[in-house]
Amino acid sequence: MSRAIVGRGPRAIAVEPPDIDMTTSLGNLHLVKPVLTASGCASSGRELDQFFDITMIGGVVTKSVMLHPRAGRPTPRMAETPSGMLNSIGLQGPGVESFIERDLAWLDQRGVTTVVSIAGGSVDEFSRISQKLRNASGVSAIEVNISCPNVEDRDQVFACNPDAASQVIQAVRRHSDPRTPIVAKLSPDVTDITEIAQAVVRAGASGLSVMNTTLGMVIDVDTMRPLLAGVTGGLSGPAIRPIAVRCVWQIRKALPDIPILGMGGIRNGLDALQFILAGANAVSVGTMIFHDPSAPLRIQNELAHALNDRGFKSVREAISYAHRQSDNATVLELHPDEPSGD
Amino acid sequence: MPLQVKGEILDVRRVGAYSVLSVTAPGLPERTRPGHFVTIGIGGEESSMVLRRAFAIHNVQERGVYGGSLDIVVGVHGAGTRWLSERRRHDPIDIVGPLGRPFVLPKERVSCVLVGGGYGSAPLFLLADQLRERGCRADVILGASSEDKLFGVLEIKRVCSTLTITTEDGSQGLRGRVTDILGESIEKFDAAVVYACGPMGMLASVAKIATEHRAYSQCSVEESMACGIGVCMTCVLPVVGDDGVTRMVRSCIDGPVFRGDRVRWADIGTIPEDTLGASAGGSA
Repeated sequence: MSRAIVGRGPRAIAVEPPDIDMTTSLGNLHLVKPVLTASGCASSGRELDQFFDITMIGGVVTKSVMLHPRAGRPTPRMAETPSGMLNSIGLQGPGVESFIERDLAWLDQRGVTTVVSIAGGSVDEFSRISQKLRNASGVSAIEVNISCPNVEDRDQVFACNPDAASQVIQAVRRHSDPRTPIVAKLSPDVTDITEIAQAVVRAGASGLSVMNTTLGMVIDVDTMRPLLAGVTGGLSGPAIRPIAVRCVWQIRKALPDIPILGMGGIRNGLDALQFILAGANAVSVGTMIFHDPSAPLRIQNELAHALNDRGFKSVREAISYAHRQSDNATVLELHPDEPSGD
Repeated sequence: MPLQVKGEILDVRRVGAYSVLSVTAPGLPERTRPGHFVTIGIGGEESSMVLRRAFAIHNVQERGVYGGSLDIVVGVHGAGTRWLSERRRHDPIDIVGPLGRPFVLPKERVSCVLVGGGYGSAPLFLLADQLRERGCRADVILGASSEDKLFGVLEIKRVCSTLTITTEDGSQGLRGRVTDILGESIEKFDAAVVYACGPMGMLASVAKIATEHRAYSQCSVEESMACGIGVCMTCVLPVVGDDGVTRMVRSCIDGPVFRGDRVRWADIGTIPEDTLGASAGGSA
């Protein structure tokens, strides 16, 4: 591509992003770019590939797949809320076998870095999905969606209990290829998210996705009943961004070396930068895809400009930068036109 | 393949209870077939309304100084549609389209009855035009609760074979509903296909009546959507496939136009027990 009109939509920035090193990593998963899609907001990438070249971003985190095909919850499944939305899809999906045959095969052939999100109602279901994925081609990493109810424990959500969360991560670790990074996706609906983070890391998680939606509810004032058929739903979008930035910050403080994939209401490059400064090694864009299907690539390009404007030569220099003890401790100065020393 | 374009408002005009927006949308008109829809971003880039709104494409202008434009019909139901109806000439607008599966057109010169409820008549103009071009009859029935809720009565006369109006309060045309006269219209014009767009209840009745009169039906559904491009899974409804299996399918990319006899109208808003994956539960 000579004259860089990257992306197929007009909002994908039509200028060359600045020459800065955008490579990053989540543990041993190398990422060419730091922006990925968020699970459940991009299906398996195919639909978005119509709007921008999906291989131009860091990767696709697929919609959580379960062992068997699943019809999900009745409608209404969605409600728009101020700067966000509630969803209650109920993990509708084709099941892991069909996912491997169709979706994963397409992503693999397309050359996309693919983080496969998995969900289960029991530790055993997580184990069996992991076994199925073990021999599949094209799995760059596994994201474990532990924000699902445990059918064997009164539908208590795994993510809210350090022991239950650890059991799931142990099971996935044990049944997956040892080289495959396992990323645990944490729920903010807990008293102390660092406690869960430390538990799943001890259980073998090689990274953390921070964070999932937070539980919300809307009452329809005409019917005077809950608006969603599922009664409650996950709140996402810019409304929850400050909560997500706080969670990334707290976990980075507690676990200085753990790879973090940050997400929650990222709408532009500056929002993405907040997550990186708070400690995220890479970020995911979710709900804003519904607002703008070219959002992931647009945000990635905006992030490159935002980093450049602040004198960073690479995205890695900016990771956790907001945690620095004193401004004198670093050589970074806000002179973007001059080369900064190392 | 759909496009995302930055368009511009050319004109906003009131038509009865609705607003018709003409917007520049380079590249979209030549891709549009009757039944396609577009989604529009609401409130600008810093909007607190994060979900796009979906609208059937009412009309297209392929050429002209604007490099192509299209018309949509907006009924104000809430803050998002109110924002859209308040746009003015030259305001920028973010459009994605054309989206969805359009109406399937008959290969032979058969008679067709087109049924529109309220502003559900919007996509029927392009459809009637193309049916007539193919030598098909296009007999139109438009209905609404009252006269001001009808859309396009005068304009559609230019493209249809005959027009019949029904209003529930009798303020224009026959008193009653479109479905009261659909059966006799199918018989009278010996229609092979019924096309319909409007509220779910109307579509359910249209599909049933069409089947009873041995006509094929094509219904464009209106389910609430978050993304319009197939990634969010919110706009699903139970539809029977060619293999006889019921699946929860997305109205944005598997529809919005469905065969009327394949949609399980009475089960919309539920997961029927025999749906693929229903036994896995929906409790998570």
